[in-house]
Amino acid sequence: MKRVVVVLTLALAAGLSAQTASAETLKTVKDRGMLTCGVSQGLPGFSSPDDKGNWTGLDVDICRAIAAAIFNDPTKVKYVPLSAKDRFTALQSGEIDVLSRNTTWTLSRDTSLGANFTGVTYYDGQGFLVKKSLKVNSALELNSASVCVQTGTTTEQNLADYFKGNNMKYEVIAFAGADETVKAYESGRCDVFTSDVSQLYAERLKLSNPADHVVLPEVISKEPLGPMVRHGDDQWFDIVKWTLFGMINAEELGITQKNLDEMAKSDKPDLKRAFGTDGNLGEQLGLTKDWLYRIVKAVGNYGESFDRNVGPGSKLQIARGLNQLWNKGGIQYAPPIR
Amino acid sequence: MSIEPRSPPPQFALRLKRTLGGRAGWGGFALQIIFVIALAWIGYQIAANARTNLETQHITSGFGFLRNTAGFDVSQNLIPYSGSDSYTRVFLVGLLNTLLVSVIGIVFATIIGFMVALGRLSPNWLLSRVAGAYVEGIRNLPLLFQILFWYLAVLAALPAPRQSISLFSSVFLNSRGLIVPTPLAGPGLAQFVLAVVVGIVGSLVLRYHARRELFKKGRLITVWPYVTGLLVGLPLLSAVAFGAPVNFEWPVLKGFNFAGGSRLIPEFVALLVALSTYTGAFIAEIVRAGILSVHKGQMEAGMSLGLTRGSVLRLIVVPQAMRVILPPLTNQYLNLTKNSSLAVAIGYPDLVSVFAGTTLSQTGQAIEIIGITMGVYLLLSLATSVVMSFYGWRIGRSLGA
Repeated sequence: MKRVVVVLTLALAAGLSAQTASAETLKTVKDRGMLTCGVSQGLPGFSSPDDKGNWTGLDVDICRAIAAAIFNDPTKVKYVPLSAKDRFTALQSGEIDVLSRNTTWTLSRDTSLGANFTGVTYYDGQGFLVKKSLKVNSALELNSASVCVQTGTTTEQNLADYFKGNNMKYEVIAFAGADETVKAYESGRCDVFTSDVSQLYAERLKLSNPADHVVLPEVISKEPLGPMVRHGDDQWFDIVKWTLFGMINAEELGITQKNLDEMAKSDKPDLKRAFGTDGNLGEQLGLTKDWLYRIVKAVGNYGESFDRNVGPGSKLQIARGLNQLWNKGGIQYAPPIR
Repeated sequence: MSIEPRSPPPQFALRLKRTLGGRAGWGGFALQIIFVIALAWIGYQIAANARTNLETQHITSGFGFLRNTAGFDVSQNLIPYSGSDSYTRVFLVGLLNTLLVSVIGIVFATIIGFMVALGRLSPNWLLSRVAGAYVEGIRNLPLLFQILFWYLAVLAALPAPRQSISLFSSVFLNSRGLIVPTPLAGPGLAQFVLAVVVGIVGSLVLRYHARRELFKKGRLITVWPYVTGLLVGLPLLSAVAFGAPVNFEWPVLKGFNFAGGSRLIPEFVALLVALSTYTGAFIAEIVRAGILSVHKGQMEAGMSLGLTRGSVLRLIVVPQAMRVILPPLTNQYLNLTKNSSLAVAIGYPDLVSVFAGTTLSQTGQAIEIIGITMGVYLLLSLATSVVMSFYGWRIGRSLGA
């Protein structure tokens, strides 16, 4: 039902307002006094509500950072939980300003949806979760297995490619929501649950006995996850893009939530540019001079957000791996602030 | 001799005025024309604007995507399908899955409905209370909840493939579904089918003949021994003479699952059970209302002729009740078909799940896909209505109403 409503909204929005998609997102957000951010329906580490209804996670931090940069208040965000298959429609119809919902960047999504990816918040890959009791050590031993997968994801297609490519048979059972998928896996309907590896770790925590399940070593795809915005508003595109770049640059420059005020007084030229005490880079973005200060104050730098949400500071305990900075062995790299 | 009412002069303009304008005359007629034009204009504006806006936002539109490769698999397909087929094929696979569960669901729901209704009207205290409890219990719980209940309850109770419950080592039940041997064409298949057809036709002819004799000459001919001979004996004879009509491919446990054999997936079973029991409860009330609408004198008259209760119901009451039952029954059939779209909750690959779900999110062409899907459900509903109306017309004719 929700889908039909969303589509009708899309049709109406597309139909009745003759000048949508103009460069007005920032103004709309400011007038509204609130950023609307599309997130998942609950994926620990990326976007999930706690028992008080506060959203946390790596994807949520992007929303909070944007709100901080605009309003100097990271709480001015309205979160819209979306299923995998409803997310793009919500963005197209203007129901949300930015989609920050563990979404894989692919060519077809970049070109045919009327939306743009703004960067990569998390370099992920697809893996398999199985019960230890099956005594499987490799994904190549999964011939004739039943596989549970969430529908409307790149996962579903990678799965088809992988099994076909390795001449293996399988049965796919596709569910609309992540929770149903995990429930079916737990009830024994499938031998395997497949998704992005980060998600496997997160979902494993929800199982009744996480230690009985193991993530297989194979990573069968590239899944760069990132936020998305609508086509047609380059200023907004820049703001969302540079929010993430700002966080990565902050980590590279050594700016943390703790040493923020100290660093802001520094005389180093790159720090002065970043904090806006020199030049007006923030204003060029359509924000204020202290945009990066606001962001780091609200959510910390990229590394801090990573550690707090999915890394050692969280239950997920995921290693930085590919998501380490480029100069520390990973591939997270942001263009310079200058 | 009957008196025919004088027909009004056949003036075309007058009739048009009366039909379209009603009491308001030509003024009303003009108003209606303007209203229709305004509606059409609004519709056109919406379509045209949607088109321009989609173009300016660079959202792909049109139906070209139907020819693209789907690239994902589906767990139940009635026609051959693989990931390298097109989205059109996915559409057909989903549509057939929807039709399968709807048609079988309608048959079961009707059977359940009639049985429960007769049970509830039965003079037997226990039976009528059990039927009543069934109706009140089932129809007052949300359908989605029932689907999930059947799915999770069924799944939780079933063992893993390696601990399957087996029947004669040929039929297996486990959490992957019900696995039965697949029938494959054998040497005597053609002759066997021919024998069955001859048997059926022969039986129908016999029955027709017996009824004619009964109605014309009052002669009662016992046909059932001949019919049994024709329906069972003839095919058996053919099988003995020409060899077995089918061979079976037996399921064998291999790796994670059974290889060979055919499988009924639990998603299908859960959805089917939930839909038919739920709709069955509504149909039961409709049938009960229909039967109660027939004057009780009909029942008494039948009983006084010495017919049994069953015969009175079958020959006298139900045929008259059908006129009342049919329109709301059609509604329930339509509901069942539409409710089958809840399949998406338990991963049954119906039209909404694979087409309006996976295909939509892969292509992002929401307007086209939702349009097609709504069109399909509309067509299915209209087709069901047409069939039921035709049936209603036939009943009405045979009852002389």
